[in-house]
Amino acid sequence: MKKMLAAAVSRVLSRVAQKPASRVLVASCNYSNDAMFEIKKCDLYRLEEGPPVTTVLTREDGLKYYRMMQTIRRMELKADQLYKQKFIRGFCHLCDGQEACCVGLEAGINPTDHVITSYRAHGLCYTRGLSVRSILAELTGRRGGCAKGKGGSMHMYVKNFYGGNGIVGAQGQIAEAFNMAALWKLPCVFICENNLYGMGTAAERAAASTDYYKRGHFIPGLRVDGMDVLCVREATKFAADYCRSEKGPIVMELQTYRYHGHSMSDPGISYRTRQEIQNVRSKSDPIMLLKDRMVNSKLATIEEFKEIDVEVRKEIDDAAHFAITDPEPPLEELGHHIYCDNEPFEVRGSSQWIKFKSLS
Amino acid sequence: MAAASGLMRRPLEQVSGLLRRRFHRTAPATLQVTVREAINQGMDEELERDEKVFLLGEEVAQYDGAYKVSRGLWKKYGDKRIIDTPISEMGFAGIAVGAAMAGLRPICEFMTFNFSMQAIDQVINSAAKTYYMSGGLQPVPIVFRGPNGASAGVAAQHSQCFAAWYGHCPGLKVVSPWNSEDAKGLIKSAIRDNNPVVVLENELMYGVPFEFPSEAQSKDFLIPIGKAKIERQGTHITVVAHSRPVGHCLEAATVLSKEGIECEVINMRTIRPMDIETIEASVMKTNHLITVEGGWPQFGVGAEVCARIMEGPAFNFLDAPAVRVTGADVPMPYAKILEDNSIPQVKDIIFAIKKTLNI
Repeated sequence: MKKMLAAAVSRVLSRVAQKPASRVLVASCNYSNDAMFEIKKCDLYRLEEGPPVTTVLTREDGLKYYRMMQTIRRMELKADQLYKQKFIRGFCHLCDGQEACCVGLEAGINPTDHVITSYRAHGLCYTRGLSVRSILAELTGRRGGCAKGKGGSMHMYVKNFYGGNGIVGAQGQIAEAFNMAALWKLPCVFICENNLYGMGTAAERAAASTDYYKRGHFIPGLRVDGMDVLCVREATKFAADYCRSEKGPIVMELQTYRYHGHSMSDPGISYRTRQEIQNVRSKSDPIMLLKDRMVNSKLATIEEFKEIDVEVRKEIDDAAHFAITDPEPPLEELGHHIYCDNEPFEVRGSSQWIKFKSLS
Repeated sequence: MAAASGLMRRPLEQVSGLLRRRFHRTAPATLQVTVREAINQGMDEELERDEKVFLLGEEVAQYDGAYKVSRGLWKKYGDKRIIDTPISEMGFAGIAVGAAMAGLRPICEFMTFNFSMQAIDQVINSAAKTYYMSGGLQPVPIVFRGPNGASAGVAAQHSQCFAAWYGHCPGLKVVSPWNSEDAKGLIKSAIRDNNPVVVLENELMYGVPFEFPSEAQSKDFLIPIGKAKIERQGTHITVVAHSRPVGHCLEAATVLSKEGIECEVINMRTIRPMDIETIEASVMKTNHLITVEGGWPQFGVGAEVCARIMEGPAFNFLDAPAVRVTGADVPMPYAKILEDNSIPQVKDIIFAIKKTLNI
């Protein structure tokens, strides 16, 4: 414990200090290295036991989760701004409010696990390894975007992350997936980010049963507090262990909330009240919850969080600057990447006289 | 409103008319109606006319429609006629087809036709083929409608044109309105038709206003399915298009007119059954043909037009091979410069026309 403290102090002091050394020393004496927290018990379906109701959070992990969630939050708000300034076009579905879901998920799985999701994907793109730069530049349709500007908001990919998908099949396709996963005992975690609304329709108006964690029928499930990153982490670890021990698939419902409307063209207040949104923000904001916990148990200080905020803001601003100054992809690339492992061929443009080269 | 403007123009006559207690009708004021309003009106009138007609789809009721096309209808007709569905295209399309078979007249909205792929088995196998398979016993009077084709920046999965896919199938009727008049007349005809009709609207056209002629203001205004319209007379070349590209063709025609080239622009209005006769008559007059569409070139609407021209009397009148202007043969890219070059632009149409005319 002392060694770690000393190491931390020397690391900090050896950097080009922006903060006066004395303040750092005082602050470091107040840190604990880890703390135990109680987390909400998950509702269980077809499960004898569930995830633990307490967990240990290390200072390092806590600061990492905070930074990640704050980065996603700021990135989404920047996307909102860029959309209103018309740098981002088409559809843009933001996930601010739901940060604990993707950060908690990533904390509970391995980078080698495979993840796929729908269009509200920017947070997952980040946690799966894409830089803010490459995400924002993809949103603005530039060559530095992760899909070279060809995909846009809903079609971002990285190794072990299969997007970002614009078309979402619903109950029928899920039922088929559930059946085959259970039949063949596939190690699959089916996650429902229940943010209470499907576009502009409240869940109760679209679902005969809103106990989504039970909808796997013969597949066990758990319902998780999706606003608490630690709860999500523990539930994810539990679910992942379940699958890895060859017991078959499992369903995980994360109860969460999105502050924005369904997309940037939905103000989000015609089917829910501003009061409701404000309530969630003031009582259940995932970033606030984590920060309060860490400050109250002396895992970190308010100043440290403020510093992280400053760094995150800078990272986002730099990325946004890149996203609006990077050039668009060159026209010659219009035909590329139609097939993979293919000989180069010609792609027809808008008439027989306009041709583009297609390289794999 | 007509009376008021009349008063402005001919006060004396109007006043004397009133004095003689005679209702003097002035020329009907031209109304500007957007495509969205026209579709709304068409559906409203048909819902009022026949209580078997109802609308179902995602966000059509309480949200007033994802693109506000069904604005006000739920308030007017209530839960039984305007129905919000869960996000389950295969499910609700199946429910709609079943309802049609049982005697109701559903309008099934796909938020965009890209989502219809989730339900395409219902459209083709349950709706389109049933009258034939049943030996004439079981009609399916259903309308599938929604925006089709490219929008702006919505990328690959949300920009596909389904005119060729649906136009391929016997048993389906497929219409593709361009302006407000088309939109209202065709949606009304589609609803009254006892066959499955696919109505391919266009999101970028929804907000565009057009002059609404007085006939179109009538509650019985119908545009026959299977009949094209000559939007602009011309002598040098026949330009055939459907949906939004019709507007681009008219723009191109205006530009070329200044250079002495007169284009005959044909608005197909219906994809299936195709009005090839109108196109043939035009080609026999102009001796040149180009087709313009937003969809991909291979096996597209233009390809069908060209094939049919070869099979008919107009072939011998062609002085040059027919030319197709289409979307680029790629999944729709997101970046603006790439997207702009993936759809037919006015300059592409002008270029193709000049190439065909060897200018």
